[in-house]
Amino acid sequence: MTSPANVSPFLDPLEKLLSVHGTPAVVRAVEAGDDVGNARQAWIESGFADLLMPEASGGAGLSLRTADDLLRTCARHLLPWPLDATMVVRAVFAAIGMAVPDGFVAIAPQTSIDVDGRILCRGVPDGAAADWILAATPAGAMLVPVREHRSEAVFRGGAVATDVFWHAQPAGTTPVPREMDWMAIGACLMATRIAGAMERLLEMTLAHASTRSQFGKPLAAFQAIQQQLAVMAEQVAAARMAASIGMLADGIEADPLRAAIAKARTSEAVVAVTSIAHGVHGAIGIAAEFDLQLYTRRLHAWRLAYGTERRWHGVVGRALLAAEGPVLDAIVLRAAPPAA
Amino acid sequence: MIDALQLVAIPSDDAALRSEVRDFLRQHAAAWPLASRARSWMGFDAGFSQALGARGWLGLTLPVEYGGGGRGPFARFVLVEELLAAGAPVGAHWIADRQSGPLLLKYGTEAQKRFHLPRICRGESFFCIGMSEPQSGSDLASVRTRAERVEGGWRLSGQKLWTTNAPRSHYMIALVRTSGTQEDRHRGLSQVIVDLAAPGVTIRPIRDLAGDAHFSEVFFDDVLLGDDAIVGQEGDGWAQVTAELAYERSGPERIYSSLALFDAWIAHVRSRSVPDDASVVLAGRLATHLAVLRELCVAVTSKLAAGESPVVEAALVKDLGTELEQAMPVAIADVIGADEGPPAAAALLQALAYVTHVAPSFSLRGGTREILRGMIARGLGLR
Repeated sequence: MTSPANVSPFLDPLEKLLSVHGTPAVVRAVEAGDDVGNARQAWIESGFADLLMPEASGGAGLSLRTADDLLRTCARHLLPWPLDATMVVRAVFAAIGMAVPDGFVAIAPQTSIDVDGRILCRGVPDGAAADWILAATPAGAMLVPVREHRSEAVFRGGAVATDVFWHAQPAGTTPVPREMDWMAIGACLMATRIAGAMERLLEMTLAHASTRSQFGKPLAAFQAIQQQLAVMAEQVAAARMAASIGMLADGIEADPLRAAIAKARTSEAVVAVTSIAHGVHGAIGIAAEFDLQLYTRRLHAWRLAYGTERRWHGVVGRALLAAEGPVLDAIVLRAAPPAA
Repeated sequence: MIDALQLVAIPSDDAALRSEVRDFLRQHAAAWPLASRARSWMGFDAGFSQALGARGWLGLTLPVEYGGGGRGPFARFVLVEELLAAGAPVGAHWIADRQSGPLLLKYGTEAQKRFHLPRICRGESFFCIGMSEPQSGSDLASVRTRAERVEGGWRLSGQKLWTTNAPRSHYMIALVRTSGTQEDRHRGLSQVIVDLAAPGVTIRPIRDLAGDAHFSEVFFDDVLLGDDAIVGQEGDGWAQVTAELAYERSGPERIYSSLALFDAWIAHVRSRSVPDDASVVLAGRLATHLAVLRELCVAVTSKLAAGESPVVEAALVKDLGTELEQAMPVAIADVIGADEGPPAAAALLQALAYVTHVAPSFSLRGGTREILRGMIARGLGLR
C-alpha cells in the first residue's frame, strides 16, 4: 500500500543522512552516552521530524502509511534517537495548534504518578536519548522535559529502553490536550522498527552464512542451515507484513486492532529471528565489537516496549470474542486494507 | 533475495464479489454440518460444484470465450476465500479450477482448450493431478510412469499414488517420462491428459486415517492416449509443473484448512460467561497469525495478477500457512483439555479429532515443509 511515488523524494536523502549520522559507531556512542559530535543536531535540523506535520505547518503531510518505508529504513540502521515518536508528536502538536517542541520526544504510554507527585515512565524506548517524554497518564498526556532537567530525571535499566523517573513534575511540563491512543501508536512505531531491524538482521545472517566456511564449505551449503534461514526469512516476511498492517492509517492515529496485530506478530517473530541469527553466527555474534548484538539486544527490548505479543494477543482475542461473526469478519477483514 | 511481500488492497470491483458469493452461500450453508465444514476443500459435492458453475464461478479467471469468467486472480481470491470460510464442499472442482484449467489455458492447444475448459467451467469435468508414485514422493523428477510413442499416439504404463479424488475425477494430468531414463532427471518429462474412463486405467481408493477415501492409487496398463494427449511441449513437463505449483501453493486454502474448527471453537468460548485467559490469548494469537497470513496471501495473489510466477513467495506463504493450520488443532485441544467448565459439544470434539488427525497432511500435500524450505533457501541465494 505504500506508494513509492510518495516516499521516493525523502528516501534518498534519508539514506544519505543515515550513512553519515546513523552508523554503528553513532549507535554505540549514543547508547554509551558518549559525545556524538554534530550527529544529533544534524538529525534535528534535517527536517525529517516534520514529515508527518501538515504542509500548512511546514511539514510534508505524510501519513503513517506513507511514512512506513522511511521509518523501516531508519530501523534498518537502528537510528538511536526516537525520530519516529518525534514525528508523530510534532504532528499532533501542529494539528492542535501548539508550538512543537525542539528536540526528540519518546512516548511513554503508561505513566504512573504516585501520591507524592513522583512520575514514573517504564521501559521507554530511547528514553535516555530523548529531550522530552510524552507521558500518557489516565488523566491525560503531558510533555515532560528531560534534557534540560536531566538532574531531576533518574534513568534505570539499559540505555536502549529506560525507566525514567522524576521526583516531582519538572518545570516546563506541558499538558497535551488531545485524545490519542498512545499505546497503539507506540505499538505501531515499534512494530515497524522490529520489521526494519529484522530485515537487516536477515541480510547480515545470510551474508555470514555465505562467507563463513566450516568443514570445507560455506555454512550456507549445509541443509540444516538452509532450513533455518528459510524459517528466518518466513518470520521476517510475516513481521514486515504485520508492521505494514499497523501503519495502515491515512493520518497519524493508529487503528487499535491493526496496532495490536502489528505489535503481536512482530514481537512473536523476535524470538525465532534473533535465535536463528545468533545460532548461525556462532560465538562471534556474542562479541560486543560485532554489530549483530546491536540488533538482537534492541529486538528483545522492542519486543517488550509497548507490550509483548501476549498483551496484544489478549487485545485481539477480546475483540474477537466480543464480536459475533466468524474470525474472517471479526478480525481478518477488519484489519485488511479497504478495497481500492 | 526474495522481494518483500507488500500490503496491497483488493481492487473494489473484485471485492464487490464478496457479498454476491455470501448471498449464494447462504442458500446452501444449512446443508453443511461442522463435520462437513471441517473437511474444508477435501469435501466433495458434484452438485454444489455444478451450482457454482451455473453461477459462473468456476474457471473465474479463464477467458469468456472458453466459458470462463474473464476475471483476474483477485476476484478468484475473494471467491475462494468466501468458499473456504463457509466450509463449502469445493473438492470436486478444486483442482481443475485452481490449476488444471490455468495450465491448459497457458500450454494447451486450441483444441484442448475448446474441449476441456468449457466443461471445467460448467462443473462437468473434474481433474486430478498425477504426480507422486510408489518410489517418487518429494523426489518428483524420479517418476517412472512412461508414455511410449506408438502409431497415432502414446502408450502409457506405470502407476500413480496418493492421487487426490482420482475415483471421482474424469481426467488426470500426469507427469510422465516420454524420453530418456530416470538418470535424465528433469529432462524428458511431459504432462499428459489421461481420460480416466479409458481401457487399462484401474483406480483403487485408499482409506485414510480419518476413514475417508479421497486419495487413491492409479494403474496404467498399456493405456492408449491420442496424439493430442501431451500438454504443452513434449519434454517440458518439469518446467510446466514448476509453474503450475505457483497456482497450487499460493491460494488461501493453505491458511484456512482449520478455519471451520477455529470458528466452532470461538463460538464455544463465546458461549461461556467468562472466558478463561488462556482461551482469550490463544484466540488472539491464532487470529493475529491468520490476519497477517491472509495479507501475505493477497500479496502473492497480486504477483499472479501482475503476470509473475511467484513460486518462491508461494512456498514461503504455504509453509507459514500450514504451520498455523497445524497449530490450531494442537493449541485448541490444549485449552479445551485444561478447561474445567462444562465440556465442549460432541460436534466440536469430533471436528477437533478430525483436524488433528489429518493435520500432518497439510505440510505434505503440495510439497513438503522441507522441500518448500529448500526452495526458499534457493530464493535467498543459498543454493
